[in-house]
Amino acid sequence: MRYQTDRQRVEGLGSAKDGTMEWWKQRLGAVALIPLVFLFIFPLLRSIGGDFDDVRAVYAHPVNALVAILFFITIMSHLRQGLQEVIVDYVHGKAAVTISLLVNTMFTTLIGVTGVFSIAKIAFGG
Amino acid sequence: MADVNRGNRPLSPHLSIYRPLWTMVLSITHRITGVGLAVSITMITWWFLALAINEAYFEVANAVMTSVVGGFILIASLWALSFHFCNGIRHLFWDAGKGLDLNTAFKSGLAVMAGSVVLTVIGVLVVVGVI
Repeated sequence: MRYQTDRQRVEGLGSAKDGTMEWWKQRLGAVALIPLVFLFIFPLLRSIGGDFDDVRAVYAHPVNALVAILFFITIMSHLRQGLQEVIVDYVHGKAAVTISLLVNTMFTTLIGVTGVFSIAKIAFGG
Repeated sequence: MADVNRGNRPLSPHLSIYRPLWTMVLSITHRITGVGLAVSITMITWWFLALAINEAYFEVANAVMTSVVGGFILIASLWALSFHFCNGIRHLFWDAGKGLDLNTAFKSGLAVMAGSVVLTVIGVLVVVGVI
């Protein structure tokens, strides 16, 4: 027997079963990206087209490496959420939606992990 | 419950019924820039992977990024990022329940367009080494 009241069991949960948590996570990530974009983009813009050893030195620096890793994790979660919204709005049919969402998760995870791994490898001097 | 009456229920009004407003263009541009930036970040990630692999591969990635086509994509990405950034902040204000009246929404839309151009110019100046 459940001791929770019906009201307490469903409070905050809509038809999606996870309430507004997904929406709230999107906003948290978006706010985190405001400083992260700036911190990530400036060393990047200076590094594109640069000399191999110089650029390696930039991303071997712990601060730049940390910023880049945090950026990759946050942006890829943000991208997955954003593309998911686009998919559920414009793709129709259960199979097509399921496959698109699966590809979305695999793609964003692959790019995110590749970014984090590359930065970590450079930062640890490999 | 079975969806027995799909055919003749009234539909909600679709885009074609509204008088076009440029704020609609900003709204869809937010999505388009978001999807487009997926391509940009993929390119940037490839560049980082090349940096992690070796100098020869990095030279290839660098050459692609600084080519005419690569440069065009990067500048377009810079504008897309600037727009998505500014309009994203506009959306966060809306989410907080602020600036939703028509007049403010129009003004913030203009600010987003101006801001996206300013940030793009600043970005290009950083790339060429002026800033």
